[in-house]
Amino acid sequence: MEEKNLDGGRRKFLLGATAVVGTAGVAGLATPFVGSWQPGAKALAAGAPVKIDISKLVEGEMLGPIPAWRDKPIFVIKRSSDLLERLNSRNERLADPDSERTQQPGYAKNGTRSIKPEILVLVGLCTHLSCAPKFRPKIQPEQYDEDWIGGFFCPCHGSKFDMAGRVYAGVPAPSNLEVPPHYYENESILVIGEDDKEMV
Amino acid sequence: MSESQHPVKNMINWIDARLPVTETYEKHMSKYYAPKNTNFWYLMGVLATVVLVNQLLTGIWLTMSYIPTADGAFASIEYIMRDVNFGWILRYMHSTGASAFFLVVYLHMFRGLMYGSYQKPRELLWILGMLIFVALMAEGFLGYLLPWGNMSFWAGQVIVSLAGAVPIVGDSLATWVRGDFNISGITLNRFFALHVVLVPMLLLALVFLHIVALHEVGSNNPDGIDIKKNLDDKGKPLDGIPFHPYLTLGHDLPAIVAFCFFFAIVMFYFPDGGGYLIEAPNYEMANPLKTPDLIAPVWYYTPFYSMLRAATFPFLGLDAKFWGLVVMAGAIVLPAVLPWLDRSKVKSIRYKGTASKLFLAIFVVAFFVLGYLGVQHPTPLKTFLAQICTAIYFAYFLLMPWYTSVERTKLVPERIPMK
Repeated sequence: MEEKNLDGGRRKFLLGATAVVGTAGVAGLATPFVGSWQPGAKALAAGAPVKIDISKLVEGEMLGPIPAWRDKPIFVIKRSSDLLERLNSRNERLADPDSERTQQPGYAKNGTRSIKPEILVLVGLCTHLSCAPKFRPKIQPEQYDEDWIGGFFCPCHGSKFDMAGRVYAGVPAPSNLEVPPHYYENESILVIGEDDKEMV
Repeated sequence: MSESQHPVKNMINWIDARLPVTETYEKHMSKYYAPKNTNFWYLMGVLATVVLVNQLLTGIWLTMSYIPTADGAFASIEYIMRDVNFGWILRYMHSTGASAFFLVVYLHMFRGLMYGSYQKPRELLWILGMLIFVALMAEGFLGYLLPWGNMSFWAGQVIVSLAGAVPIVGDSLATWVRGDFNISGITLNRFFALHVVLVPMLLLALVFLHIVALHEVGSNNPDGIDIKKNLDDKGKPLDGIPFHPYLTLGHDLPAIVAFCFFFAIVMFYFPDGGGYLIEAPNYEMANPLKTPDLIAPVWYYTPFYSMLRAATFPFLGLDAKFWGLVVMAGAIVLPAVLPWLDRSKVKSIRYKGTASKLFLAIFVVAFFVLGYLGVQHPTPLKTFLAQICTAIYFAYFLLMPWYTSVERTKLVPERIPMK
């Protein structure tokens, strides 16, 4: 075709229109591929709230066998008065002593990070890279901390948390352990994965 | 000569007119000239190809008996090991092959560092190689989840959690990768698809491009001398020899045989590699409620894992966790820009100055120390050591523009010197 017969404007328009329609098409086509990676109905159903019987929980210990919610270990701990007493005595060593970062529901944003002062409920996964931290409740010098007042130690990368799951400063974990949404159905039944409708 | 007298030649002509078989053979084999002074370090490429074939073949055979579900995976590995005829051999060939792959690829990359193989005109060849390395790391990681042992689970847990370090979208990104709120059978299923279909296809495509790029620019050599500058009157490089049969039969074949010999020793007598090739917790089924005492990756990831752990303090208002991700990703990606970091007039370490030699030496030491620290429990002292080695690792690359431009280099001869 000779140059003078070219309709430059028409060619430009057609190229532009094809590009726009093509981009929309690619975005549309990508949707099912990207979307199919989101948790499906099965995963969502398996992630429903769970009920835990805490009537046999002993003071100073962690509920065992460790229950799971959404396949994540849930730590339920009854703190002794000794542990509670020392809890806020070393706040200067913590990265976020007042739980400013939203790692807990509003009703757990307090000095003990819990609904009932003695009972602590945590997602048992280190906020660094999701290892399960070890429960080290004894008030005694430890290899990783000579002035240990009880808490959690992550063996993977050495992160330390206090007895309220609050992270120490200067460790790899960036934030406090997560407190899952939870409430007490009665004295012995703890529900994980849901807020009490009256409390919110 | 009439055509009917040479049926074979006839046939070849017929094919060549339709598919460039002879032309391709000559271009890439019999008339592809490689430098005559290549040494041990130049065998790693062909060995990597051999391992790639091993992984593809044994991998395909393993999928015939493997079940990619949370309930079936662990038991199907035991089934392969005990009940499938020769199943144990296929599995150990695959698991030993994974380690062998990284071993030869690391040596292959080190060769590039030593002899400046990334320099002009091999920049794209080097970048394609780096892409292969990243794809290989992904392939190894995806495959490691499949046996569904407890270390599989927790290694997957730790590495997928890395996505959570990305500011703002991190947690949803990690959930999207897993397809669940935690690593589960859903994750296992998709990792299987990626490990056996997507990433291998990608790897093959990249390896193909790597070889096409190599045959365009030709091999570098220990002296870093461009053999295409000295041609004979027929246009052949004076310091080159045809790839086939001289290098194929003279160098590569004996190397492959020797390599297979060592491979077989590991495979038959040390398939676990003392817990470094197959880790002990992986003989226990995945348990989301029980973290192994020490989560350590397989040996070939440990240097990078050390660097991930070495970031322990927040910086610029961002978490230590985020910087760990940045440091690790940076350490993996940084070598890709080497062609633009090396300002030296010469390619090979043989002609570079003292600074280059010194930096390469401490870089190698730091890499080994990081590898060792990656399988150790973190203590303050070890973390500090890892931080120093991480700094050395980065200094090797980031200071390269400086030390390669100020040091005194030796004069490179015109022709390849032969002893």
